[in-house]
Amino acid sequence: MAAVQWHSRGRRYEAELQRCRLEATPVDFGDYHPLKPITVTDTKSRRGARKGSTSSSSSSSSSAAPDPLSSMLDGTDPLSMFAAASAGETPGLPHSASAGDLGRKRREREEEAVGSDFEPWSAKRGEILARFTTTEKLSINLFMGSDKGKAPSPGSSAVSEKVRTRLEELDDLEEGSQRELLNLSQQDYANRIEELNQSLKEAWASDQKVKALKIVIQCSKLLSDTSVIQFYPSKFVLITDILDTFGRLVYERIWTMCSDPRPLPESFSADDVNDTAKETCLNWFFKIASIRELIPRLYVEAAILKCNRFLNKSGIQETLPRLTAMIRGIGDPLVAAYARAYLCRVGMEVAPHLKDSLNRNFFDLLGTFRQIQGDSVQNQLVLQRVEIPEYLTLYSPAINWILQCIAYRAPEPLLTEMMERCKKLGNNALLLNSVMWAFRAEFVAARATDFITMIKDCDEAGFPKHLLFGSLGRSLACADPPEAERLPILNEAWKVITKVRSPQDYINCAEIWVEFTCRHFTKREVNTVLADIIKHMTPDRAFEDAYPQLQSVIRKILTYFHDFSVLFSMERFLPFLDMFQKDSVRVEVCRSIMEVFIKHQLEPTRDPVILNAMLHICKTMHDSVNALTLEDEKRSLALLINGFIRMVSFGRDFEQQLSFCVEARATFCNLEPVLVQLIHTVNQLAMETRRVMRGSHSRKTAAFVRACAAYSFITIPSLSSIFCRLSLYLLSGQVALANQCLSQADAFLKAAVSLLPEVPRSISVEGKLRPSEGFLLDFISNFLSTLLVVPDHPEHGVLYLVRGLLNMVQDYTWEDNGDAKLRVYINALPLLAAMSQEAYLYCIPRVDSNETLYGGDPKFLSEINKLCETLIGQVLDHLKALGRDESVRRQAALAFSLFGCLLAHGDLRNNKLNQLAVNLWNLSHKHGHCDTRASVRTLEFMKHQAQQPDMAHLSDTVQRLALQSRT
Amino acid sequence: MSASLKELLAGVVVLVSKEAVQHQGISLSMEGLVNLQLSSKSVGVFEAFYNSVKPIQLISSNIEVAKAGKIPGGKTEIPFEFPLQTKGNKVLYETYHGVFVNIQYTLRCDVKRSLLAKDLSRTCEFMVHSQPQKAKVLPTPVDFSITPDTLQNIRERNLLPKFLIRGHLDATNCVISQPLTGEVVVENSQVPIKSIELQLVRVETCGCAEGYARDATEIQNIQIAEGDVCHSLSIPIYMVFPRLFTCPTLETTNFKVEFEVNIVIVLHDDHLITENFPLKLCRI
Repeated sequence: MAAVQWHSRGRRYEAELQRCRLEATPVDFGDYHPLKPITVTDTKSRRGARKGSTSSSSSSSSSAAPDPLSSMLDGTDPLSMFAAASAGETPGLPHSASAGDLGRKRREREEEAVGSDFEPWSAKRGEILARFTTTEKLSINLFMGSDKGKAPSPGSSAVSEKVRTRLEELDDLEEGSQRELLNLSQQDYANRIEELNQSLKEAWASDQKVKALKIVIQCSKLLSDTSVIQFYPSKFVLITDILDTFGRLVYERIWTMCSDPRPLPESFSADDVNDTAKETCLNWFFKIASIRELIPRLYVEAAILKCNRFLNKSGIQETLPRLTAMIRGIGDPLVAAYARAYLCRVGMEVAPHLKDSLNRNFFDLLGTFRQIQGDSVQNQLVLQRVEIPEYLTLYSPAINWILQCIAYRAPEPLLTEMMERCKKLGNNALLLNSVMWAFRAEFVAARATDFITMIKDCDEAGFPKHLLFGSLGRSLACADPPEAERLPILNEAWKVITKVRSPQDYINCAEIWVEFTCRHFTKREVNTVLADIIKHMTPDRAFEDAYPQLQSVIRKILTYFHDFSVLFSMERFLPFLDMFQKDSVRVEVCRSIMEVFIKHQLEPTRDPVILNAMLHICKTMHDSVNALTLEDEKRSLALLINGFIRMVSFGRDFEQQLSFCVEARATFCNLEPVLVQLIHTVNQLAMETRRVMRGSHSRKTAAFVRACAAYSFITIPSLSSIFCRLSLYLLSGQVALANQCLSQADAFLKAAVSLLPEVPRSISVEGKLRPSEGFLLDFISNFLSTLLVVPDHPEHGVLYLVRGLLNMVQDYTWEDNGDAKLRVYINALPLLAAMSQEAYLYCIPRVDSNETLYGGDPKFLSEINKLCETLIGQVLDHLKALGRDESVRRQAALAFSLFGCLLAHGDLRNNKLNQLAVNLWNLSHKHGHCDTRASVRTLEFMKHQAQQPDMAHLSDTVQRLALQSRT
Repeated sequence: MSASLKELLAGVVVLVSKEAVQHQGISLSMEGLVNLQLSSKSVGVFEAFYNSVKPIQLISSNIEVAKAGKIPGGKTEIPFEFPLQTKGNKVLYETYHGVFVNIQYTLRCDVKRSLLAKDLSRTCEFMVHSQPQKAKVLPTPVDFSITPDTLQNIRERNLLPKFLIRGHLDATNCVISQPLTGEVVVENSQVPIKSIELQLVRVETCGCAEGYARDATEIQNIQIAEGDVCHSLSIPIYMVFPRLFTCPTLETTNFKVEFEVNIVIVLHDDHLITENFPLKLCRI
């Protein structure tokens, strides 16, 4: 096809814009319009009503203009109405609930009886298991069924009896149930117990009730064994789990027995229970009453305490005191204390209102306290090589629990009485500790000074004092002591804490008190505390074993100190951070500080103290990055550092800001997202300067923005992502242009152009390889639109950059079967057309674009037209080639887009161009591969256009364009 | 099944078969027996086997519930009633299972069948509780105190460790359906205590030709204290009387069933200290 002469269509952008605008119709005062402000008085009252109904309204702007959306609503908003409706429905639900989940419901109900403010046993469980561990070997001794005939029975020599016993023993041996497991590690032990728990459930499920009972009895028997005493609390936890299971199984079994014909109501009485169920229940109690040993009998009966409900009303009320008294028969004080804890636990669950037996239990406990000094206990401790302080801590979970049960919603006088009783006893440190743990924090806080005196009076050899202070500190962290006492309390406490010799004990205690210090005191006191901690933890690198505690110290400080200028002005804060010498911990700490900073630092800052410290922290995070760091890790670190960079502002002191960026670039060179952020910051800085100077730079500011451009220009090449580089070049070029730095802008754009050949054919997006073509096309289009305003370089030829870009496009190795290159060509046509206008579509203030430089010089225009012709020629050649290759679909699409381009930007009054357009239309419709709807719309557009002045020729053209008939 | 005196023993005979069955009559027999056995200790092994005392029949009754005929397939229920009437002046004692004395009531159902098929028979035991006593039981509390000096049956008194154990039983006239209660206090003890137990013992006496045999055997043993208990702290005594193995104290011309409780204190050196209390059980 012969070369086509290009003629750009002349454009009058202003007029076109005017035409495109919708007709403006003024709104009369009385007319309704949704966006029209409504009289303020009216809406204010409605807003008030709405606010009342929605509790979680986020910060509402109190501007005078009312929110049109809110004013549409009448009364309450629909969401809160739904919420109200569903809340109203729930009480009705239980009646319609199926029988299946009744059991669960019931359990929930009963827990409610205690209330959610009661810390349940399940919360303590894990803590106890983790705390009381041992490396010694344990043993489980199970004699299944031996509880019947083994008793020394004087005078039982009757033949039948003997024979029966013998036979029973034989039976037992056959079951293989008499066994002793020795040398178990703690984990093995726990596994064994869990196995027993499983076999209990299995036995129950397969209706072997007697076997189930035997398992439970044997397990509870293990609780009388105090060898490896350090493990006893954990053993208690494991075994009472089994007992709980058993209690639940029995209760549910009897409950289902009476659920025929309909389930029992929640608050059933013994009268609702049928005789069979009662008989079964009674049988259980008789069986348990005949268990020979005291401890199993006690525990198993306590486990099924709840079943008393089936028998009579006062059953639980009578049983609890009896069981409480029964515990007096347990000689070992530790075993007894835990038995009491179990009884209190069951009692709280089944009958929380029966406070008396709780108190009784506690008083009995106090009564037996002197046994700890008794020979039996002391001998045992010597034998097991356990020190008294360690032994005493074994009591804590049990006593804490008992006291917690007692203290729950207890009146003040009762608590005071309990405290008095503890005071009177010797060796009261253990009790004191439990009192502080279990009683309401407010109660303890109000008497903190008394407690300190009591702690000081305690026997030094007994319960470790740092634990006492730890418990006190825990209470004081939740509740505030009287204002005047705070400082003396801190002084007194710290006097003791600082004397704790073992670093581990010290830090455990100090960590707790940091919270109190932070809560009530200023940075001075906190600083002192930090200094003390450093002093204690530095010798022998003791901090290495205490990272979790030290981290917790930091966390606590961060919760109370949000003002970073205060925080960093603590002299000891950074030295404290230096104690985190293990890399992972160190980074984690820095991270937590950064997170708090980003959350709470709302104002940009230039405080040198903050900046220095934060730079140090960020540098630490940055330096942790190495070749092995995961991509995600890097990303999140970079995000945190970016958060910091965004918060740095030197106000009008732009130069300092720039030098900060220079410093930051040097510091964070390994994290690309940070570099990107820095480039954006600098670009923003340049634009800010422009704003301040209202567009016209002085000599000084001009030099400064050039420095900014230089910064970006140097930084961009160090990025690895090519599209990142491209877009930053373009952006920086635009910024440079806006700031009248023409040569810099040129350099940026040139750099972008020369980077193009390096763009790989595919890039990885979210871990997957994707073709880069789409991204590249987008970028080039964006780039082209910028080129409109870039003035030509005086030393290079006309349209130097456009040509350069097109050359690069031509040389680029595109996908083999793609038309991307041609699309770029077609996209370049609008640019060229726009360039040949007398007045450009847009321009940059104080920058002369080509329109001014050339002033519509015919030479310039013919240069443009020549370029267009070459491009069109290329496209047409390609279209021909496509026809040969039988890729008619691609041919049609390409032809249609060129047609579109001609229509929009070409001057179709020119016959040749007109003919070319018609040919292209026909080509695109030749094989029926075009989108008919698009064609129809195009025709409509043309008809519409034809009505405009100067465009009448289009109506003729339309006549020549035939729509494809669908055949 | 359970019945009291002057009551009816009532129920149904349930027959289940797949198809109709021919039978020669269905009968029920009710019997109450006291079985006495002589202990080998009191009379020698052979006599114990050969010389056992003839069972004493308390009650016996027979009825036919169905005449010879056919019962249809499926489940058939035939109701019946027995009056519990003793022969002459015999008394119905409570059901009791002991070692040498057994008081048992049984009900037996026989289905007679033609020569070719085996007769069917099923026995089941029913419990008899005696009627509550009219007279009011007066609690008879007993205080006790055990020291080395109160012990009998020891060889070297001066080797004994020092101890003082005091306590009381709330009653020795006990109601069988209610637990035995009391308290024990270890005031002091030179040797740590290992265990304190309650031993329930039955004393059965059988009259026979050569006089009578008296045997005490343990029924159950309940531990009430384990380990070195806290001194001068009262420990509860509490024991539920087991069903079947206990009955109201019984004295007849031929045999006696009595109960005792031992408080057994085991010291750490395995010294055994026992204090015996005869009980009188009754039902109210």
